[in-house]
Amino acid sequence: MSAPSTYVPKSAFGKWFESRLPVMGLLHSSFIVFPNPRNLNYFWTFGGMLAFMLVAQIVTGVVLAMHYTPNAKMAFDSVEHIMRDVNYGWLLRYLHANGASMFFVAVYVHIFRGLYYGSYKAPREILWILGVIIFLLMMATAFMGYVLPWGQMSFWGATVITNLFSAFPVVGETIVTFLWGGYSVDNPTLNRFFSLHYLLPFMIAGVVVLHIWALHVPGSNNPTGIEKKTEKDTLPFHPYFTVKDALALVCFLMVYIWFVAYTPNFLGHADNYIEANPAVTPAHIVPEWYFLPFYAILRAIPDKLMGVLAMFGSIAVLAFLPWLDTSRVKSANYRPLYRQFFWLFAVAAVGLGWLGAKPPEGGYVIASRILTFYYFAHFLIVLPLLGLFETPRRLPGSIAEAVLGKGGSASAMAAGAAQSPNTKG
Amino acid sequence: MMKTNTMLRFAAGALALLGVGASGAVLAAEGTPVPPRQSWTFSGPFGHFDATQLQRGFKVYREVCANCHSVRLLAFRNLAEEGGPHFSEAQVKALAAEYKVTDGPNDSGEMFQRPARPADRFPPPFANRQAAEAANGGAYPPDFSVLAKARTYERGFPWFVFDMFTQFQEQGVDYITALMLGYEEPAHGVEVPAGKYYNTYFPGHIISMPKPLSDGQVEYPKGPDGKPQAPETVAQYAKDVSAFMMWSAEPHLEARKQIGFRILSFLLVFAGLLYFTKKKIWSKVEGHAVSH
Repeated sequence: MSAPSTYVPKSAFGKWFESRLPVMGLLHSSFIVFPNPRNLNYFWTFGGMLAFMLVAQIVTGVVLAMHYTPNAKMAFDSVEHIMRDVNYGWLLRYLHANGASMFFVAVYVHIFRGLYYGSYKAPREILWILGVIIFLLMMATAFMGYVLPWGQMSFWGATVITNLFSAFPVVGETIVTFLWGGYSVDNPTLNRFFSLHYLLPFMIAGVVVLHIWALHVPGSNNPTGIEKKTEKDTLPFHPYFTVKDALALVCFLMVYIWFVAYTPNFLGHADNYIEANPAVTPAHIVPEWYFLPFYAILRAIPDKLMGVLAMFGSIAVLAFLPWLDTSRVKSANYRPLYRQFFWLFAVAAVGLGWLGAKPPEGGYVIASRILTFYYFAHFLIVLPLLGLFETPRRLPGSIAEAVLGKGGSASAMAAGAAQSPNTKG
Repeated sequence: MMKTNTMLRFAAGALALLGVGASGAVLAAEGTPVPPRQSWTFSGPFGHFDATQLQRGFKVYREVCANCHSVRLLAFRNLAEEGGPHFSEAQVKALAAEYKVTDGPNDSGEMFQRPARPADRFPPPFANRQAAEAANGGAYPPDFSVLAKARTYERGFPWFVFDMFTQFQEQGVDYITALMLGYEEPAHGVEVPAGKYYNTYFPGHIISMPKPLSDGQVEYPKGPDGKPQAPETVAQYAKDVSAFMMWSAEPHLEARKQIGFRILSFLLVFAGLLYFTKKKIWSKVEGHAVSH
């Protein structure tokens, strides 16, 4: 999407078409000859998986919508109709439900990859922020999707989460009434959630286009965190990265199909096979696993409004990451201290996820508070200070040098020297 | 460079660690024992339903459970389907005709009763929820359609992680079987209110359903030797009716596991081919610069 097109149409029709709409040239420069850093490891294959999952979710979702009825009296039965009577309906539904989880598995690896290798730093700040927006849209989409089967956890999850907005002073109640389309979670809520659940994935697709566009301006970051400089640092996207992405994708699909075929309800809640009943509250209202860390942050704060702000803040803070991290070295491979703090943060995030599934009482609350503090401290205290005190390891002169050893590049940089952003193309 | 298996392990680990809450609705209350593991024909990657067991389970349901519990999502025709009890079409037709369903309105605008057809769903034992509650001391006997998937117990760490790999998905039927067998004398000091019963495996132990099954209550089909094809005991009834409920909750379970196995086999071969293709393509550039 950035490199000048070297595409030469072969057929007469191709030439005619290309001179009017150069879309083939765009695809050619973006996904065929696009120069990728040659040292990308398998953590860089998760972007492709995410693109695949978005398409898979849209395709299965569009077909499910043909059989689903967004009505509070009929929704639960229509999902069972899909499971029982629609040809391969059970497959579509399990693919879609587990697909949401696999989507989040991939996005969390993708985000942590970015955190580890400093992919959010200049010149990729906009790329990163677009990613945060996609993440938010994904969460909204997944949350509303989980409401659609209209089981007990759908209903009560929707009740708890929409009620959060009532914490905001003055406008809170109005927002909640607006979300519900009434004075409780009911048929109008289900209708609007279905409508939005259908809309948001296409908005995600739009932001994904911007995300890839922003990616293709500087090109991918890489494990060394130094920018590509010469052709020796790169390999063309096809065939090198198409085949690598394909291999990783197929392995990822095996995990996905394992869940769909053998443990399709492992990632869901048994309570959601009980039809929604406003008169009966489940013993524990627990969100889907991918929301648990944020749910733990919400419950860690004794004040409702502050809890809500902390929960949204825990995602919003990611958008400021490019400026909170003061180190000029990107990759944690060359940042001995940051590397340790990265893993501490990862443990804290997983710990919060575990606590999010536990009842909010006793030691769990104390642990949630400590980890919530640490979550924010990582971004607001550790990262700003680390850049000032940490002595980075010596960076290789170029990507080629890092991969091929000396001779790949002559320039040996001083330790910690900033790599000037090389925005080629 | 990260190897694929390392990465997969990472992904599985992340899934495992973040999936804490995924083990399902928490049923186990304080002091409720974990239901014993049963062996089921439908567990594991090659799991399949035992049609004769489902037929027996259906008989138990029909003669005992159906007095209070509906199975409203099940149609008579389902009983003839493959991967289920696999009754013959004629048997299902005859069976359906024993039930009355409400149809209409007819040409004069009246609703009328007619014998059920295979395409009809099982008529419920009570007209509505309120009628069911009124007849059962205020407690609603839950519908059986997806009940085997709507019940579970907390597995806890690290067991729920292993469940992903061992494919243990039978918590619901294990619990239901245990519940059938869980009617015992109240534990010391437990007051059981009038009209309620004590059950070891029910969360909180106080259950509204009286002990539903007793030995010899349901007559099982006889084998060629003139003996019942399975013991006519509560333990066997409980297992058979639980298996029936699993099928009712997941009627396409067999197809799912079979198709899943085929897809996984395909993906495995495909991954192998891609691995060698990738190796070959990258061997040209690994270790030295390439001009392109």
